[in-house]
Amino acid sequence: MKDGAHWGAIPRAVPFFRPAGGGIMQAMTNSPASGETPVLALDQIVKEFPGVRALDGVQLALYPGEVTALIGENGAGKSTIVKILTGIYQPDGGDIRLDGAPVRFPTAQAAADAGVTAIHQETVLFDELSVAENIFLGHAPKGKFGLIDTARMKREARAILDGIGASMDVDVRLRDLGIASKHLVAISRALSIEARVVIMDEPTAALSQKEIEELYELVDQLKAQGKAILFISHKFDEIFRIADRYTVFRDGQFVAAGKMAEIDEAQLVQMMVGRAVDQIFPKRAARIGDEVLKVVGYSHPTEFEDINFSLKRGEILGFYGLVGAGRSEFMQSLIGITKPSKGVARVAGDIRVIRSPADAIDAGIVYVPEDRGKQGAITTMPIFQNVTLPSLGKTSKNGFIRLAEEFALAREYTQRLDLRAASLDTPVGSLSGGNQQKVVIAKWLATQPKVIILDEPTKGIDIGSKAAVHDFMSELAGQGLSVIMVSSEIPEILGMSDRVIVMREGRMVAELAGDDLTPETLVRHAAGIGSKGEAA
Amino acid sequence: MSMADHRPRSIPDQLTTPLARALKSWESLLLVVAIGIFILNSFASPYFLNAWSLSDATFNFTEKAMIAFAMALLIVAGEIDLSVASIIALASTAMGVALQLGAGTPVLVLVGLGTGLLCGAFNGVLVTRFGLPSIVVTIGTMSLFRGISYIILGDGAFRGYPADFAWFGQGYVFWVISVEFVIFALLAVVYGVVLHKTNFGRAVYAVGNNATAALFSGIRVGRVKMILFLLTGLMSGLAAICLTSRLGSTRPSIGTGMELEVVTMVVLGGVNILGGSGSIPGVVIAAFVMGLVTFGLGLLNVPGIVMSIFIGLLLIGVIALPRLWAKLRRA
Repeated sequence: MKDGAHWGAIPRAVPFFRPAGGGIMQAMTNSPASGETPVLALDQIVKEFPGVRALDGVQLALYPGEVTALIGENGAGKSTIVKILTGIYQPDGGDIRLDGAPVRFPTAQAAADAGVTAIHQETVLFDELSVAENIFLGHAPKGKFGLIDTARMKREARAILDGIGASMDVDVRLRDLGIASKHLVAISRALSIEARVVIMDEPTAALSQKEIEELYELVDQLKAQGKAILFISHKFDEIFRIADRYTVFRDGQFVAAGKMAEIDEAQLVQMMVGRAVDQIFPKRAARIGDEVLKVVGYSHPTEFEDINFSLKRGEILGFYGLVGAGRSEFMQSLIGITKPSKGVARVAGDIRVIRSPADAIDAGIVYVPEDRGKQGAITTMPIFQNVTLPSLGKTSKNGFIRLAEEFALAREYTQRLDLRAASLDTPVGSLSGGNQQKVVIAKWLATQPKVIILDEPTKGIDIGSKAAVHDFMSELAGQGLSVIMVSSEIPEILGMSDRVIVMREGRMVAELAGDDLTPETLVRHAAGIGSKGEAA
Repeated sequence: MSMADHRPRSIPDQLTTPLARALKSWESLLLVVAIGIFILNSFASPYFLNAWSLSDATFNFTEKAMIAFAMALLIVAGEIDLSVASIIALASTAMGVALQLGAGTPVLVLVGLGTGLLCGAFNGVLVTRFGLPSIVVTIGTMSLFRGISYIILGDGAFRGYPADFAWFGQGYVFWVISVEFVIFALLAVVYGVVLHKTNFGRAVYAVGNNATAALFSGIRVGRVKMILFLLTGLMSGLAAICLTSRLGSTRPSIGTGMELEVVTMVVLGGVNILGGSGSIPGVVIAAFVMGLVTFGLGLLNVPGIVMSIFIGLLLIGVIALPRLWAKLRRA
């Protein structure tokens, strides 16, 4: 149908750009709706992995002094194109042009030498090195005998940091800095290597509002210096705030490119998901039943104190708070990862002593952790083995594995979550973030729990997958599962929860429902601003 | 890939058949190497292709392989035990002491296995309870266990093991099939089934690939590791019985350096030294490869030191060649 043609660079469904005079081959070098030439242009890029065509003839152009937003759902091919741009992957087809001349990036060093630098989601820096060493690692100024000229390196690092308004000490070790400062160091590093193309892969994912504003200013500075910026983000407000151009990918294919000024949010979402997203929070009114879980007086010597709540069948209970309020720490204690100093948990009326996640699974409480790659999934193992890991008792006989039953269980639950993968025996690590999250959720649903705890369930995944996770959460609650959702996103908390507990500095400071549940009350309680009477 | 398609997609279980994967595996390559060495040996020495020669050749690997099976599981789980050869020394010494106290063969066997189990428990507790890295713990116990042997025996030796005790290391079950070889074959099957066909085996892989995620998934990580250290200790005790029986005496230097040969066997068998992957069939083939090489060189009167050079080169060669090959193909 619409993607029948694979032979040319004509973008399918491009709303605002038609190559003049049918110049198929020039469609790329003639920049859309502009006379200037791109610094870096990719055309007809193909990248295949066993069983999956991750990129299917995509194009992308980056212009000096402009921010191009790359938009697409998880699995659209955004990460793959970044890896091709930075020399980590080699494309199976297509060409890359730098200032119009064909280039290849056989290694990461080659890409860096060409002036392409990336600031990643999880910043790739070295915790044990100083700020100055991080900025100049690999290209430090050399002095006598080829040794590093430390004094000059520190001086230059200082100058770069001052240039972007960062005040941190150049001698301090990176591990002593917060995530926002680490981003500043990464940006300084990009500046130090005379980068011409800066790739920012979800740079704001872990930043506070104030830090995000500072980042925007930095992006403006980089633009003023004539750098071409590729900006990858799931947040539409920031795309509209800082991007000059957009490029949309879907399922590994190029969909559209153009100028931000000529498009609105609804059109972008439409292009990205291929359908209109009308309702973001599909919370259905579930029938709330009897008490399933009652937590009394849970305390920990350092992380949290005196947590009390009850959770009913079919209820979605939100936990809101600032980062560091002790929400995840409490949840991990509830499932037996850490030991509480006191406290009792009752599941369906019975006291359950939970000393390990295995005990928690027995009690019917499961936890989908925030850190997918480290705690949620075993990324080097196949999908089906991840799904069945906590349920091996069910798929085996007398401790012996029965492969057919394992595949059947994995198939059942991955299908319910609409997982997209080449096969069930591919490693989880080869999937996109949203699909990895689906595997982790499938794993826990397969244990048929009573209570599922979701810790930042939609962090770092795109709008389409977010909606799928929210949809599914409502469906589960409708089927009588009780859900605890830890989230720092106010719209998500408001849209999904029946009731919200706010935590601050390890304590419950409010329990909100109904009309009390507003963005203002949440923020006020979480930050401890003028909290008079605490709602019960 | 129509955009309006919201039906659940059906995902195939596997893209490649198990046979296709087996053919491309490390184990197949290793099998080719084993056959190649077998053929070379039969050309190199007229004495090689003889049932008794081949039977003798198996003694080069049977005791090491017993330990290597348990070690393979331990390394897959991301841990290691370098004290195995010292456990042999301590277990053998303990048997010698029991012999002096008048113990018969059944008691000697229990003492050997019990000592191995205790040593494994000691390593396991240090690693799982106190969270110490196993490579450091077992380098420490490597000196500790053998040190105790030296204190007890000094320059001396225990001799005079009972005649029926000789059955383990010198006995034959049928014609040229030795007792040790039968133990080796049985253990190969048992460990193969445990690692590849049981929930415990799956837990071993899970722990080796990502211990944190395994813990979050309800695997009792500490218990899995403890069991593996106990098994490795037990197998070292068993190897001590066989070796002591074969030599007919105990000296504190018994089995010196064997831990490296065991680890070599495991790694040669395709087990990732960093944990997470590997198979028992691989270790079995690696045992034959090492046994054939040492025996073949022995027939050619190659001195022991040259043999260890050869084993070292073999290890580096088989590990490096596939990677070099992959690099060449990419370039």
